[in-house]
Amino acid sequence: MRLRFILSETWLGLTRNVSMLIALILTVTISLAMLGGALLASKQISTMKDFWFDKIQVSVFLSKGVTQPERDAISSELNQLPQVKHVYYESQAQACARFKQQFKDVKALIDSTPCSALPESYRVQLKDPQKYLVVSSAVQNMPGVDEVQGRSKALERFFKLLNRGQRTALVVAIIALGAAVLLILNTVRMSALSRRRETRIMRLVGASDVYIQGPFVLEGAIAGLIGGILGCVGVAIVKIVLIDGGVRAMFGNVVNYVGWGAVASIAPILLVVGVLLAGLTSLLTLQRYLRV
Amino acid sequence: MIRFQNVTKFYPTSARAALADASVEIEKGEFVFIVGQSGSGKSTFLRLVLKEEKPNEGAIWVAGKELSRLSHWKVPHLRRQIGTVFQDFLLLPNKTVRENVAFALEVIGKPRHTIAKVVPEVLDLVGLAGKEDRMPNELSGGEQQRVAIARAFVNRPMILLADEPTGNLDPSTSVGIMRLLDRINRTGTTVVMATHDSHIVDSMRRRVIELDNGHVTRDQSRGVYGYAR
Repeated sequence: MRLRFILSETWLGLTRNVSMLIALILTVTISLAMLGGALLASKQISTMKDFWFDKIQVSVFLSKGVTQPERDAISSELNQLPQVKHVYYESQAQACARFKQQFKDVKALIDSTPCSALPESYRVQLKDPQKYLVVSSAVQNMPGVDEVQGRSKALERFFKLLNRGQRTALVVAIIALGAAVLLILNTVRMSALSRRRETRIMRLVGASDVYIQGPFVLEGAIAGLIGGILGCVGVAIVKIVLIDGGVRAMFGNVVNYVGWGAVASIAPILLVVGVLLAGLTSLLTLQRYLRV
Repeated sequence: MIRFQNVTKFYPTSARAALADASVEIEKGEFVFIVGQSGSGKSTFLRLVLKEEKPNEGAIWVAGKELSRLSHWKVPHLRRQIGTVFQDFLLLPNKTVRENVAFALEVIGKPRHTIAKVVPEVLDLVGLAGKEDRMPNELSGGEQQRVAIARAFVNRPMILLADEPTGNLDPSTSVGIMRLLDRINRTGTTVVMATHDSHIVDSMRRRVIELDNGHVTRDQSRGVYGYAR
């Protein structure tokens, strides 16, 4: 009885103003899809960081005629930098061995490259790979340093793109969430006003808050839930089109990509945010319009 | 049943008290008219009984409970013991007579079979048997007020508050409504009716409490509307 009444009132409320309801659902959908996109981007970034950060090193190649005091100076300079975790020295012989290992399928390259052509180097592992520039500028111009190599330019661009995408998605998500809140406020207010007579009677005959406010809050929560579900679909589309279709096509398989597990872990967040956002906004609005 | 002790009520928008130091006691089963001009405090009196407003000073007891001690979530239970009828009927235009009365029970969670049993009974009591499926706009003013009374009484409240229930009705229809309220009163329900219809007050010869600018100026058992008349 109780539930049936509240549900039927909720249904009446939902169908009373369909165009408003659709606008509400779409706004919630867009804001949640954006939020989901931002979350997905940050997951992608952290996936890539995990993948790369134990691999990323800064290589400080030494010039041909480097002297021992110069080597020592460079080594101690690197070691005293707070961003540095480890410094390994790679001699010409080690470099040669690694080179042969790395290109063992390309015989011609190995044959044409004498070991003397390979420079000795310091391999520097960083505590925070994003601090690469600090290291490179510290030793760049020291005598005996030929070249400092950090991450690849492409990877840099990839990070930048993802960061920018994440920030944009977050900004759009916040704006859209704000719009969704305002729309919910307006919808609930109109709904409350159009049912003023019903709620006045309900209060007079002693209906409890569950009965009076329940249908309105449920209305909001259902709109939020539908928006959340559609928002999840939006995130799935973002994954397929932007990550699988766009980024992977652009950068190939040099990095790991977020999988459906990431989408699945975002989905409950979106649903909860959608339901809570719409339900709580409804409830707060009602405190003003349905005061007992 | 209802007791006001030195009750004063100010509204924020007005410097004058809507009810000033009013003390009134209404016993169980009484029929009481509250008379006075518009703005004399009649409606404020009824709103205070329903705890729709809080008094600034003084204490109010309704059905044995002191209202200021009644927590917010218990107010619905208070109101289930009070039926209310208004001048403008306050019916739901898109529901039938039966649905309008049933609504009052549905929203307090009464079971379906109870509703199916008591709604026809009360409609019979108010003289609307056979008109259960009409819409409110198909009824006369008097009949609409009977629906409202049926809705107020269907939960068998201890108190029935009526705010100008005959205000929109012609005299002969009003007589019928008064007979109905009288019959409800005879079931043991306390009836408190705010009105400025002097003919009704004079003909009923019940207790009269007169308010003037928020002050209780007269409290007379078996009274008439005013001395001047």
